[in-house]
Amino acid sequence: MQEHDLSFVRVEMALAQSAPASERGLGAWIRKNLIASTGDTILTIIGIVLVAMILPQLISWALINAQWTGTDRTFCATVAQGGIQPDGWSGACWAFVNAKFGQFMFGRYPIDERWRPILVAILFVALLVPLLIPKVPRKGLNAILFFGALPIVAFILLVGGVFGLPHVETPLWGGLLVTLTLSFVGIAVSLPIGIVLALGRRSKMPIVKMLCVIFIETVRGIPLITVLFMASVMLPLFLPAGVTFDKFLRALIGVSLFAAAYMAEVVRGGLQAIPKGQYEGADSLGLGYWQKMGLIVLPQALKLVIPGIVNTFIGMFKDTSLVSIISMFDLLGVVKQNFSDANWATPQTARSGLVFAAFVFWMFCFGMSRYSMFTERRLDTSYKR
Amino acid sequence: MKHIAIGILGAAALGLVASAASAATLDDVKAKGFIQCGVSTGLAGFSAPDDKGDWQGIDADFCRAVAAAVFGDGTKVKFTPLSAKERFTALQSGEIDVLSRNTTWTINRDTALGLNFVGITYYDGQGFMINAKKLPGVNSALQLSGAAVCVQSGTTTELNLADYFKSNKMEYNPVVFEKLEEVNAAYDAGRCDVYTTDQSGLYGIRLTLGAPADHVVLPEIISKEPLGPAVRQGDDQWYHIVKWTYFALLQAEELGITKANVDEMKNSDNPEIKRVLGTEPDTKIGTDLGVSNDWVVNIVKAVGNYGEMFERNVGSGSPLKIARGINALWTKGGLQYSPPIR
Repeated sequence: MQEHDLSFVRVEMALAQSAPASERGLGAWIRKNLIASTGDTILTIIGIVLVAMILPQLISWALINAQWTGTDRTFCATVAQGGIQPDGWSGACWAFVNAKFGQFMFGRYPIDERWRPILVAILFVALLVPLLIPKVPRKGLNAILFFGALPIVAFILLVGGVFGLPHVETPLWGGLLVTLTLSFVGIAVSLPIGIVLALGRRSKMPIVKMLCVIFIETVRGIPLITVLFMASVMLPLFLPAGVTFDKFLRALIGVSLFAAAYMAEVVRGGLQAIPKGQYEGADSLGLGYWQKMGLIVLPQALKLVIPGIVNTFIGMFKDTSLVSIISMFDLLGVVKQNFSDANWATPQTARSGLVFAAFVFWMFCFGMSRYSMFTERRLDTSYKR
Repeated sequence: MKHIAIGILGAAALGLVASAASAATLDDVKAKGFIQCGVSTGLAGFSAPDDKGDWQGIDADFCRAVAAAVFGDGTKVKFTPLSAKERFTALQSGEIDVLSRNTTWTINRDTALGLNFVGITYYDGQGFMINAKKLPGVNSALQLSGAAVCVQSGTTTELNLADYFKSNKMEYNPVVFEKLEEVNAAYDAGRCDVYTTDQSGLYGIRLTLGAPADHVVLPEIISKEPLGPAVRQGDDQWYHIVKWTYFALLQAEELGITKANVDEMKNSDNPEIKRVLGTEPDTKIGTDLGVSNDWVVNIVKAVGNYGEMFERNVGSGSPLKIARGINALWTKGGLQYSPPIR
């Protein structure tokens, strides 16, 4: 008797069923993320109450009630304060930011010459953006232009004194110009110096190692304010009369060396995380020291410490505000300096200026942070789960 | 005038360097073509940047007056903003030619620090501002017994306050903050009834309060803070130029010479005016000083006379609205007095 072949072989894939209704849509998202447990629910309620308390006031202060245009303090003061706004008015004084915007960006850089920092900024962005986007070709040429040619062009344009450009002394620089120049130079100088110091600290040559350790530990042991203060107040006393050494340059060197010491320790952390086998593998291939470091160790080590490096960059970007201690005015310094203008003295002036400065700082720091996350993901070839 | 400890440190540091700068400041200034002037990092009415970033205020205008005397052009001046800590080093090391930065004239600064103060462009002193709503009927500092007083810590202001209340046998509760902004915020929020700092500063602070009309600056001044420009010791010619620029500003006001009428005044028959404006034949007043004979004309054309400078920057022409008070001319009951220009 022939048996019927009852076996069934499915030839096509079963269509995936959509998730149950309770796991889909807004309701499920809320259940999962906002009210999953009693604790979550309480936190959600507290959060909503806080947002409901702050947000309407913030929006009405920053946008609805804000004064956008005006020429002096009367536009941002209430009648009782000697202005034109109704009593009880509270709004941001963007008119102040508007009137002082040029100063916030360039400090006291002569108004007729401000096209020069603007041109530098355009060149900077035009070269930086293709460098940051991985798909754009000709990275080598781009990098040479960015790190080799741009600093020279920027120096000529900003300082002037040649090619018929009037000389603009650095005490006139200020605002975002100073913040960005200090941090760009600091970043560009501190990374290579930091790498060299980190390698030096792990070197087997005793003198090199000792010098690197002394430098790193000394600089890390002194607050940045002290470095800047010494450079600004003590240094002139030891120089012969009439010799003045540009204060901006002093700050630039101070900030760069300071950041380099921190960078060295970040990079050293990366170097230590590379297994010994990698070093030995490179040695067994017959690679020299620089080949071993450049081709095998550093590419892996630097990738590991991207968060640490960017952390140092962001920290340095914000530390540039400390130069106001030596009467140089970065963005925050210029904003605060302008609070002393009696033509704009109102209760809203300081708040508006500080919110503006905070926003600008946040934009740059957030940008750096996001780009570092993108780079980490792109370079993340190993340890993938 | 604030941080005492840093002042001592600065004095010690300056002691190491005797007289660093070369003698002939006038020649140096003429050679470089401008005057380098040290100002504050921002004090309303004295030196603060305007919308274009130009320095405005009494201290800044004084530097323009010196530039006008030397070059006949009040714009030939470059400003260096200096913090309180840096100001004396900057003058001593030759980085600046004139320090015009709301600096109090004291004997220590004239002797140990090696400065020469040229005069007093603004008689300031520590004053009190009260919240009239909380302290109704108070119109003298002697009625402040038991009040909560907001004051910045680590300043001479704090010490003067304690002295004043002790010597008048009054009680008070100090509410002390490290930063000026914190003091302002605390006072505006009503944490204290009284705010004390230099009187010129009180007017600026009043503008940033929520209800300025409720706050009254009391008439008492409990300390002497004579503010004036200073130069380096060891260069008498430069010292005289800066000093007589100050006196010329006063003399111009006394004689009624203003920015508007200075050209007319040149034709005046009044011998005193003729002497001051250098229109007397064979006058050597200006050249003996080391400048041109029409130096006072240039000064007044650049910044006006002292009264105009005062009213424009801190007085009725400014938002600060400070009364002349003891800064009026001696002929009007104030202390501003110029020796004769002859």
